[in-house]
Amino acid sequence: MALKTMREAISEALWEEMERDERVIIMGEEVGVWGGTYAVTKGFHDHFGPERVCDTPIAEGVIVGAANGAALAGLRPVAEMMTINFAFLAMDQIVNHSAKLHTMFGGQMTVPIVIRAVGGGGRQLGATHSQTPDVAFAHFPGLKVVSPGTPHDAKGLLKSAIRSIDPVMFIENATLYQVRGEVPEEEYLEPIGVSKIQRAGSDVTLISYSKMLQTSLQAAESLAGEGIEAEVVDLRTLRPLDMGAVVDSFKRTNRAVIVEEGWRSYGVGAEVAARLYEEAFDYVDAPIRRVAQREVPLPYNRELEQQMLPNMYDVIEAVKGVL
Amino acid sequence: MDKKDKLRLYHEMVLIRRLEERSADLYREGKIGGFLHLYIGQEAVGSGVISTRRPEDRVITAYRDHGIAIACGMKPEAVMAELLGKDTGASRGMGGSMHLADVDLNFWGGYAIVGAHLPVAAGMAMADKMRGSDAATICFFGEGATNIGYFHEAMNLSMVWELPVLWVCENNKYGMGTEVARASAVDEIRKKADGYGMPNARVDGMQLLEVRKAAEEALAHVRQKGPFFLEAVTYRFVGHSMGDPERYRSGEEITKWRENDPIGILRKHLLEIKGVGEKTIEAEEARAEEQVEEAVRFAEESPEPTLDTLLGMVYAGEED
Amino acid sequence: MATVIRMPKLGFDMAEGTLVRWVIGEGQEVAKGDVIAEIETDKATVEVDSQEEGILHKHLVQKGSVVPIATPIAIIGEAGEEIDVDTLVGELPELEVAPAVEAAKPEPALVAPAKPSDKPEVQVPEGIVASPVARRLAKEHDLDLTSIRGSGPDGRIVKRDVEAAVAAAPSTVPAAAFVTPEARQATREPLSKLRAIIGRRMTQAKQQVPHFYVTIDIDAAPLMELRKQFNALIPEEEKLSINDFIVKAAALNLQRFPSLNASVDGEHLVRHAQVNVGVAVAVEDGLLTIVVHDADLKPLRQIGSEARGMIERARAGRVRPEDIEGSTFTVSNMGMFDVDHFIAIVNPPEAAVMAIGSVQQVPAVEGGKIVIGQRMKVTLSADHRVTDGAEAARWLQEFARLLEQPLQLAIS
Repeated sequence: MALKTMREAISEALWEEMERDERVIIMGEEVGVWGGTYAVTKGFHDHFGPERVCDTPIAEGVIVGAANGAALAGLRPVAEMMTINFAFLAMDQIVNHSAKLHTMFGGQMTVPIVIRAVGGGGRQLGATHSQTPDVAFAHFPGLKVVSPGTPHDAKGLLKSAIRSIDPVMFIENATLYQVRGEVPEEEYLEPIGVSKIQRAGSDVTLISYSKMLQTSLQAAESLAGEGIEAEVVDLRTLRPLDMGAVVDSFKRTNRAVIVEEGWRSYGVGAEVAARLYEEAFDYVDAPIRRVAQREVPLPYNRELEQQMLPNMYDVIEAVKGVL
Repeated sequence: MDKKDKLRLYHEMVLIRRLEERSADLYREGKIGGFLHLYIGQEAVGSGVISTRRPEDRVITAYRDHGIAIACGMKPEAVMAELLGKDTGASRGMGGSMHLADVDLNFWGGYAIVGAHLPVAAGMAMADKMRGSDAATICFFGEGATNIGYFHEAMNLSMVWELPVLWVCENNKYGMGTEVARASAVDEIRKKADGYGMPNARVDGMQLLEVRKAAEEALAHVRQKGPFFLEAVTYRFVGHSMGDPERYRSGEEITKWRENDPIGILRKHLLEIKGVGEKTIEAEEARAEEQVEEAVRFAEESPEPTLDTLLGMVYAGEED
Repeated sequence: MATVIRMPKLGFDMAEGTLVRWVIGEGQEVAKGDVIAEIETDKATVEVDSQEEGILHKHLVQKGSVVPIATPIAIIGEAGEEIDVDTLVGELPELEVAPAVEAAKPEPALVAPAKPSDKPEVQVPEGIVASPVARRLAKEHDLDLTSIRGSGPDGRIVKRDVEAAVAAAPSTVPAAAFVTPEARQATREPLSKLRAIIGRRMTQAKQQVPHFYVTIDIDAAPLMELRKQFNALIPEEEKLSINDFIVKAAALNLQRFPSLNASVDGEHLVRHAQVNVGVAVAVEDGLLTIVVHDADLKPLRQIGSEARGMIERARAGRVRPEDIEGSTFTVSNMGMFDVDHFIAIVNPPEAAVMAIGSVQQVPAVEGGKIVIGQRMKVTLSADHRVTDGAEAARWLQEFARLLEQPLQLAIS
């Protein structure tokens, strides 16, 4: 199997779906002539033409709004938010419209839109360009929120997202674009709303997704050197959240650490821990711990910024705290 | 337009008026919940513009949507049942007054976040254009919506991409209780379209025949060249919504506008046509009244939606 | 034709409005669209337009009144029309009004005793710190947690400690002491109507009535003795229960000290003229409260026979409306279950409920010596909006005196 970068995997998913279904269009800032600010759509404009790879004005409200309208009218738009921080300008379209029109109009409309948004900190971009606000989107029923942690899952999940007739927020992490992983040559899909065990282990369950999946896998390798075997569960989808693999693993290990890049308060860790206490209380052998970003707007200063973000050592320390 | 068509539109406007009056009664009795925004006084705008559309043209509007829905062909039963929250309502009791829609009639809904449906309209027009259809999208909104960012983003995009959208601004002088001059830098709203190089016109929204004429010309432009901005000057005879204390305008002002009742104007015009007498008109009025009563009966007897209906409606499904 | 004007709903969350001013007086002419009155909602003052024309015949509410929506407020008729206001208003259909103004529906009077306050089940001796999974495993293997040493933080007993203890346990104890049973299925069925009513009313009572509780220990020996003498003199089928004496005592006490024979109605306190004592009766699927009307005026034997009849009908499912309506105070007696004492929930609109425990033989001190006493614990639950602790305590004291000198019950 070929090793490919996350960027290549995402690009392939888009390309294949546009070849497969002519209703699929891409719209966003610099997606066309420029080729995407992260080079994900390089070559698309020339191949598919400006009709289907639409460069938009810098106006997030109308990017998602028009994508919603095009979706209502039968297209399969993939709207790109250059960064997830700009998605706040389109928040009303995402949470009040993409997520709600199907229910609010009694089931007669569907909004088959994908909103691709890139997030994550650690690149010295300052407070407004470094956020991981994934849970803010996962809060809303009607929306599906997907955030892959491997090239394999990124490709399979993005293809499923484009084919989904429900709106999907597809969240990527900028620091993962260079990560390599095995990606099959043949066509495949990964199901939305299914979590997955990415590494087997018996002593503790690490629960994470996206960038922090990679961090958790590194921590697990390091812990294995000390004889501690961590099982790593990848949520992959934040809504609908699949607790299947999480509860299953926790019932075997009885100990859990949840790792997320976003802020701790009201976060993924809070949600997963609450559900573990609800669904598997009699299997708890130690208080469930969370590893997350410190509660500050991220600074520009490199050292300080790195200190605020969760890393492998934080995960290892938390694991030792629950053993 | 022949005599028959004019009578049909007269009937439609009276039907909207009666339906709104009856809704107000039902609201006062506590049978209708939530907010209720009435279209009374603005009927000629919706009926005038929509009467010039082709079936493939899409219509989308804001939350003052009952009149637009009827003009698009929605049955009064479906409107009334939705107001009463019933399963037989246009949106199966999930939307209410502000969220009527019927996709089969190409009526894409009432939207209650001011300005939010303008980008949606642009996107629908974009899809039609991409498919090579010559359908237009007709987007109604109030003058209050022209002060929000969405308006400018959508105006701009529709011009840049030459989208087939007819923007219809229903300028009824007040955004809730704020008079246009207190909220908008220009009170002749169509001037805003000039900023985007968009052709535009202003029309007396109380005169059905004039609205129709302007809309016909505007739609012809939209199909050939791209977006057009039509400002219809109108007035709502009642409050913004039920329970509006109406401190922002005087009784004299309302009385003055009521003398310009779009229904009265068309009635007078009809009586001048040979072969149309009081009797013909009264028959149309009586028919409208009966339809509304029938709609109320239907709505009251209709079943409530079930919890399963709601729970099954949060997501449409996995993949297609 | 005269028309009734109702209080309009003027906003999505409006439940009531204050009629601040009548603009059109009685006898004045009204045209369609005229402002009849001004109404103040919690948001704004709004004018009410007339949908009718004619003469404003009558104002049905005073200026300044707070009026729920859909309530008739005025009548408009034709000039010179004879209008019978009562008939007109009386024949109006009740409008179903959605918001808070829930009309008091006649539902069976109920009282639900709270769970007998037996001591909480203690599974682990105090001071033991163990994780949930360790507790579960210890229970499954019938191991005593006090005998296990914890290796977790601060000595917490964790899973590995229990597993070690299981492994070390003598082999005479079968290791597989706990066999997972075949999948046992929980069942699910709709609440019975009675259960649902009890649930709704008790939830409402517990949430809306500020409860407080006063308990007293009563010497029941004189009562037991008197009852024995009394029952020896009357036919078998008329024999009196302890509860009959309690009903009589409560009724007499309420007559003498009527502070608890009251209800809160909005901003008002209603003192009831009658003393109607409810008695909670367990029936299939729940409980009902039968009501002895005017219990303060009825002789003991009549109370006994009435109560017996009503209890029989309640248990047979043939209860009559008058059997269960109008109680002003409730007695709930669980003496037959041998409970020491328990706490009941007030049954609105009543102000109090009295929970009676069983008569128990306990060591008692009489004249400096320990003798076998017969004691009964009574707990009064009362609505703090109506009364307070000191008053309730005095009331209970008087009640105790009546039971401890029970002859007065027989003669009054």
